[in-house]
Amino acid sequence: MLFTMNTNAPQVPKLKKRAGLTDTNLLLIITIAVFVVMYTCAVAFLGEGFAKPQQFFNILNENAYMIILSCGMTLVMITGGIDISVGQVTSLVAMCCAVYLDRNVLYPDKFSEPGAPFVAMLIALGIGLGFGLVQGFLVAYLEIQPFIVTLAGLFFAKGMTTIVYAKQFNVANEAFKNVKETRIEVPGLGSTNRLGNYVPAYVEIGVIVAILIVVLLFALLRWTKTGRSFYAVGGNNQSANMLGINVKRTKFIAHVMCGLLAGIGGYVFFMHVGSGSPSHASGAEMNAIASSIVGGTMLTGGVGNIAGTFFGVLSMSTIKIIVASLGLDEAWWTNITVAAMLCIFLLVQSIILSRKNKAKK
Amino acid sequence: MEKSSLLEMRGICKYFPNVRALEQVDFTLREGEIHALMGENGAGKSTLIKVLTGVYPKDGGEIRLSGKHVSIRSPQDAQNAGISTVYQEITLCPNLTVAENMFIGRTKGQLTNWKKINTHAGELLDSLGIPALPQQQLGSCSIAVQQMVAIARAVDMECKVLILDEPTSSLDEQEVEKLFKLMLSLKKKGVGIIFVTHFLEQVYEVCDRITVLRDGQLVGEYIIEDLPRVKLVSKMLGKELDDMADIKSDADTAKIDYSSTPVYEAQKLAGTTGIKPFDFAIRKGEVNGFTGLLGSGRSECVRAIYGADKVTGGIVKMDGKQINITKPLDAMKHGIFYLAEDRKRDGIVGDLSVRENIILALQVLKGFFRPISRAQAEAFADEYIKLLKIKTASSDTPIKSLSGGNQQKVILARWLLANPIYLILDEPTRGIDIGTKIEIQKLVLKLAAEGKSVTFISSEIDEMLRTCSRLIVMRDGRVVGELSGEDLTQNKIMATIAGGES
Repeated sequence: MLFTMNTNAPQVPKLKKRAGLTDTNLLLIITIAVFVVMYTCAVAFLGEGFAKPQQFFNILNENAYMIILSCGMTLVMITGGIDISVGQVTSLVAMCCAVYLDRNVLYPDKFSEPGAPFVAMLIALGIGLGFGLVQGFLVAYLEIQPFIVTLAGLFFAKGMTTIVYAKQFNVANEAFKNVKETRIEVPGLGSTNRLGNYVPAYVEIGVIVAILIVVLLFALLRWTKTGRSFYAVGGNNQSANMLGINVKRTKFIAHVMCGLLAGIGGYVFFMHVGSGSPSHASGAEMNAIASSIVGGTMLTGGVGNIAGTFFGVLSMSTIKIIVASLGLDEAWWTNITVAAMLCIFLLVQSIILSRKNKAKK
Repeated sequence: MEKSSLLEMRGICKYFPNVRALEQVDFTLREGEIHALMGENGAGKSTLIKVLTGVYPKDGGEIRLSGKHVSIRSPQDAQNAGISTVYQEITLCPNLTVAENMFIGRTKGQLTNWKKINTHAGELLDSLGIPALPQQQLGSCSIAVQQMVAIARAVDMECKVLILDEPTSSLDEQEVEKLFKLMLSLKKKGVGIIFVTHFLEQVYEVCDRITVLRDGQLVGEYIIEDLPRVKLVSKMLGKELDDMADIKSDADTAKIDYSSTPVYEAQKLAGTTGIKPFDFAIRKGEVNGFTGLLGSGRSECVRAIYGADKVTGGIVKMDGKQINITKPLDAMKHGIFYLAEDRKRDGIVGDLSVRENIILALQVLKGFFRPISRAQAEAFADEYIKLLKIKTASSDTPIKSLSGGNQQKVILARWLLANPIYLILDEPTRGIDIGTKIEIQKLVLKLAAEGKSVTFISSEIDEMLRTCSRLIVMRDGRVVGELSGEDLTQNKIMATIAGGES
């Protein structure tokens, strides 16, 4: 220690022992609670389908890409930014991969061999990384509003998708189909079907990827200098600068990671749907933003959690399934319910935060 | 014995568009010395410090640390070179915990060891007597505690140079005392400390040397014994100071007719902010003040008058007629204006220009569907820039680039333009230099002479004595006394604040 003043420092009035929750942790707890309550209600009232573990795994299978996209979104939102290009990047990635894998079908005069799934994956990563690097550079070093930059990214990706191939088509590539059909069984959670046969529960490869990413990013945000810088920059970027954090580099890293995750998410999406289409994943960026917010990330930056985002995605899709299984199976009902859920959630967040902040005075 | 110099800044220049912020400034800091950097607002103190810490790039000059030339391009560079800084504004992240704020950006390695930083932070907080827990979110601490945390962070670094830019403005006496002890113990260890403050007493309490800046230029460096206060003030102002004492002579208190109907009268006014219901009245041409310790409810009283906080009861009359004030706009419509204590938060709109900030109140009163023409707005702005001697490049300059004192003048201009009947000034002179302080005090008296009523609040009792003809004394949210005429002396006020009928 540099100095000691214990002896002559005036007695400080004893504080209450508990330090209180940080905003991030408080919102995380709310998110998990909301998800648990919602899922329990679904199991209790909608019965059968929801009671089976496979229902839960199906939600994961359907949303693995959304979890990945939302994680990237959460990263940039924590730094106080936003990335609205991720949906169209997903679409572009799917289209590029599809065209590459089926090049012998689409352009038989030029290619005789089909593409390899591994190379398709590299293409996906490359596209995501490219978007991340360019957008990150523009946002961080040229200090252009992230909304504008990524809006441009959105339009660019959308245009490129159509240029690459304008129509929807299903991929016929055999090697890829094998990868796509790979099911990883979850031991002990299967169920017996009507004929009395045991059907094992399974998840797709994408789910494993998504969970790995969630775990890695959770650790990154919690324990690494880079991760903590995200929070500092989002909390107050001028202060962060004065505290000795490289604000520009931090923002750059966040956008690059978000772009890369859009690439990975795009490939996971592609593995799930197995087709390319200009209309794929449109609006996915909005879903990702909504999921992040429901997961306790604040648009103002500095507050958020990857675990929350994971549950945010699950909550969003669970509510959609609930609405669908209530027989309200039209798109607008789902949208209205999601809107209502967002509103209620934001209301609860702001009430709790303002009460907490009042309590300090 | 002359100690070796630790930090030398030679010929530092810094230009902003239209402004020469620093012109050939030299500054020398020796080992184990507390060096005051003094000057009026806008003299270039903060700019010099920001150049030294790499927040602003310098346009000329050289910085040497322990004799070696260093180039500092960012706050990180400064930290690595052993220069740690506590800025005037809190430069911590409110969303992080106290412990993290103390260590972020200066730990080695990529991983954060939460247990270690929490323990270390806990020890540091204890040793400094800071009432905060390491795991607490910083935003949930009071401003004073946040400032202490910033100081703890700075002193914990193995620094050679410690810069304290107005660290005391949000601290109470006890905390200032603690800070001084800390500074002296660091001084013994050979750390050089640069101390920027507006409080002259504090300079003479702890400092060894003074460097004075004026208008971005170096006035001189002095050993503290050689420079008595009056001389220091005159160096800062660049003129002999003769009118500090007798400023009040032109305000004739006898003129106020206490039997007349008050311009503003409140009976049993009560609010939600913890003040007891109070009676209050002010007459035409009167300047009165609320005094009391920080937190005694001075600001809360005037905020209740203005309707800035929720009012829960009481009768309010203007010129004998009962009126209803529930929100600031009501008060404004009745000619009551309030200059808020915290000008950053409640007063200025930083990105708007000086002109737009000046016409803001008038525009609100006229309604937004009857805009003030550009020419008229410019005429108003120029008139008040001249009248109040606001130092600004032009009326188009964004207000946030002005110095604190000049921002305050712009807000004053805003209210004056709206032609107030009753003007409430809450700490209008805080954080601004003596020259501007006196200008504002004179202005208040001039307004009163023109028949306006003014309530003036200040933490500095002698300032209140110079301006107010009647003082309302508060303690613990309660009005405990009213002093006027012969009773207006420092001792009497102290006694009333302290309580007891002596």
